[in-house]
Amino acid sequence: MTTIAANPADLHDHDHAHDDHKPAFFQRWFMSTNHKDIGTLYLIFAIVAGIIGGAISGLMRMELAEPGVQYLQGWASMMQGSEATLDQAYHMWNVLITAHGLIMVFFMVMPAMVGGFGNWFVPIMIGAPDMAFPRMNNISFWLLIPAFALLLGSTFVPGGSGLGAGTGWTVYAPLSTSGSVGPAVDLAILSLHLAGASSILGAINFITTIFNMRAPGMTLNKMPLFVWSMLVTAFLLLLSLPVLAAAITMLLTDRNFGSAFFNAAGGGDPVLYQHLFWFFGHPEVYIMILPGFGMISHIIATFSKKPVFGYLGMAYAMVAIGVVGFVVWAHHMFTVGLSVNMKMYFTAATMVIAVPTGIKIFSWIATMWGGSLTFKTPMVWALGFIFMFTVGGVTGVVLANGGVDDNLHDTYYVVAHFHYVLSLGAVFSIFAGFYYWFPKMSGRHYNELLGHLHFWVFFIGVNILFFPMHFLGRQGMPRRYPDYPEAFAYWNEIASLGYAIMAAGMLIFFVNIAYAMVAGRRAEGNYWGEGATTLEWTLSSPPPFHQFETLPVIK
Amino acid sequence: MAFASWTKSIGFAALVLVTAPLALAQTPPAPPVAAPAPSTQVAPEAAAPAAAAPAATAEAAPADAAAAGALDSSYTPMAPTPGKGMPVDKGIDFQDQYSELGEYAYWLDTIVLLPIIVAISLLVLGLLMWIVIRYRAAANPVASRVTHNTTIEVIWTLVPVLILVGVAVPSIDLLAKQYKPAPASAVTVKVTGYQWYWGYSYPDNGDFEVVSNMLTEEAAIKSGEPYQLAVDNRMVVPAGEPIRIITTASDVIHSFSVPSLWFKMDAVPGRSNEKMLVIKEPGVYYGQCSELCGARHGFMPIAVEALPRAKFDAWVRSQGGTVKGDEVAAAATPAAAPAAATTTPAAEGAGTAAAAPAAAQ
Repeated sequence: MTTIAANPADLHDHDHAHDDHKPAFFQRWFMSTNHKDIGTLYLIFAIVAGIIGGAISGLMRMELAEPGVQYLQGWASMMQGSEATLDQAYHMWNVLITAHGLIMVFFMVMPAMVGGFGNWFVPIMIGAPDMAFPRMNNISFWLLIPAFALLLGSTFVPGGSGLGAGTGWTVYAPLSTSGSVGPAVDLAILSLHLAGASSILGAINFITTIFNMRAPGMTLNKMPLFVWSMLVTAFLLLLSLPVLAAAITMLLTDRNFGSAFFNAAGGGDPVLYQHLFWFFGHPEVYIMILPGFGMISHIIATFSKKPVFGYLGMAYAMVAIGVVGFVVWAHHMFTVGLSVNMKMYFTAATMVIAVPTGIKIFSWIATMWGGSLTFKTPMVWALGFIFMFTVGGVTGVVLANGGVDDNLHDTYYVVAHFHYVLSLGAVFSIFAGFYYWFPKMSGRHYNELLGHLHFWVFFIGVNILFFPMHFLGRQGMPRRYPDYPEAFAYWNEIASLGYAIMAAGMLIFFVNIAYAMVAGRRAEGNYWGEGATTLEWTLSSPPPFHQFETLPVIK
Repeated sequence: MAFASWTKSIGFAALVLVTAPLALAQTPPAPPVAAPAPSTQVAPEAAAPAAAAPAATAEAAPADAAAAGALDSSYTPMAPTPGKGMPVDKGIDFQDQYSELGEYAYWLDTIVLLPIIVAISLLVLGLLMWIVIRYRAAANPVASRVTHNTTIEVIWTLVPVLILVGVAVPSIDLLAKQYKPAPASAVTVKVTGYQWYWGYSYPDNGDFEVVSNMLTEEAAIKSGEPYQLAVDNRMVVPAGEPIRIITTASDVIHSFSVPSLWFKMDAVPGRSNEKMLVIKEPGVYYGQCSELCGARHGFMPIAVEALPRAKFDAWVRSQGGTVKGDEVAAAATPAAAPAAATTTPAAEGAGTAAAAPAAAQ
């Protein structure tokens, strides 16, 4: 068992959490080696990135609210400082969809879940004083800043028909190679490299911490489910991100040094890029949802005053999802010209994932069954998560059928599907976790009524926003279109209305956070009571700067 | 959907599920797509039946036209039927399907999958609502400590497995049917995606290429077609018979997609993807490019016009193309079949040459 030497300065007063010696401002926040401070930095970063990514989707919903191109040309003109042509305006659209996707995946969901909640609560939940490699933890976070700067910077330099990278978040070759002249795509690729390196370092840190720094008595099979979810997530990151790094490095050399990995004329193959990308890309979607699974388990158990039902089944369901998640990637490529055997295999393998996912849904329901439920803010978000994730999951079973997917592929049905599992799945779990732990992290309570109001407005908004997209997709509306035939107008207008409602919900969230910071009631150590049993509830709120200088013993 | 093929596919579905990882390693026995070679190898003996049908049509053509040396080549674009082959206002369902496999796939989605997914969603919603009412703290102040129940865990693992196996049977069967290669006699249309328009060439009919651009809003209104779906030159094909569609691209990846025919196939530079399509009845069927291809990705629609065979032949002639059997009819040779047997392989050969080097730009 590794133990980390405690800072001697802290030894004399570790009973008084608020008196422990913290470094001065610059050293504390810019040279941090403290997992909780780094977690806080990640959460702040994710909120900032989320505001930017969410604002971009607002621009998109504005443009799509009615047929015709109303705003794009104005925005493109603003970006380039001269009157934009129609092609430059359309390119601007592609830049918006690309930026929205990349920001939400790499700079909002992942930093919030893995960097934010993972950093904050994995060491505490396993009874460790900090992460295994605190300095590496710091560089994991600080790599994200230049990564984000590169991505935002790419929108100001030429990328083909106009400014910025307009390749979609998938960066498919040859659109991203010969199809996008100018430095924008290079900058976006370098951004992904840095974000990927950040995540790989983080993953190594989590795996090492979880395997080596658990408190005495905490065997793997006694580990809290959130830690299990982070362990599986870290392995997915570690195994999938190097493949992405390789693929986008090949894009760089194809673009700049004359190689032809993805250039048919030089003996390469554009489809190879898609295989490499989705070998990363599919595990990536589980990376975005697995930590949410872990958080939801804790929240459901806490507010049911009952331990999680079928703990081992829950843990191994996540392991199964992680493993199977690596062998289903080509369902993203059903129309690319796969052989019939490939398509049959990927259809069958993809459907298999529904089984462990179903185990999780039913186990959450069984956890609540017979419980004594209270409906605090985190619990209503968790309940919303279960239902919305189910809806997103079942449309995934439809899309898994290669023959059916022929019609739905690259339509709004797919957009609806992945927003139900991400925007209503992953994001709901992030909010659930945020409301669950915010008083623990900040030491202050938010307003319960505003939390509920945020949930209901957001819940209604996102459903009005995303449910009609199922109809648009079934009617055949393709993704990534700035304009559409008149027949699609009705549901697009309703979706845009849903966005406005959702945005109002987000305002309530920010008001609530501001209220909590300024006037929030002080939080005690275990403010959720008897249902909250993991180690973070044995500490004060906020926890001392260094916790567990004497390791807790798990019985 | 014959019962025999169903039982066969049950076995296959089980095999796929069990040997899933192995399937990856296997070499596909006869990949019908992605490889240009098998798609274009037309056996010479297949040419005779291929020629028979056009010959019959040529016979039906007026004899005086043949005598004059000019066959019917009049063509006026068909007016689309409102709501057919295009999205409808406020629509929530799939577009009506005009291909047999489209009807099968629609059945699989709407009759098999949709009820299942709605039922599962409602089950979860119902359970959640029941729990919220029955087990709220006021109604159930003391929580039970039950955390295991092997029976229920086995049930909620096995029941989804059985449902999925049940779904996999028609799903795999549909895939097998979708990959059935086109007969040698099928008309070949080579679809090429360009930034940002489509090219349709007809290697079996003299290898002429039709370039298809989106109509402006004014032009679309003038021709009574939906803007952003209407094009200047449509991809014209015969209705009621197999068509071989080969897709490729000259610059970046595009995707040839027609929702009312349940047809979507990527057009990838350096590759030629092939698939059979049978359109059941004449009509105009619209689609849109379905793979992000740059600035005007949203503005390169697809319009497929299916015509009765005779009208299709007339359209081919209007484009300066050739119809199999024309030479025969023009020469008024009584013994059509032997003549066709000698001329057709050459025509097929020309088509092969045109289709094979699908891209390599």
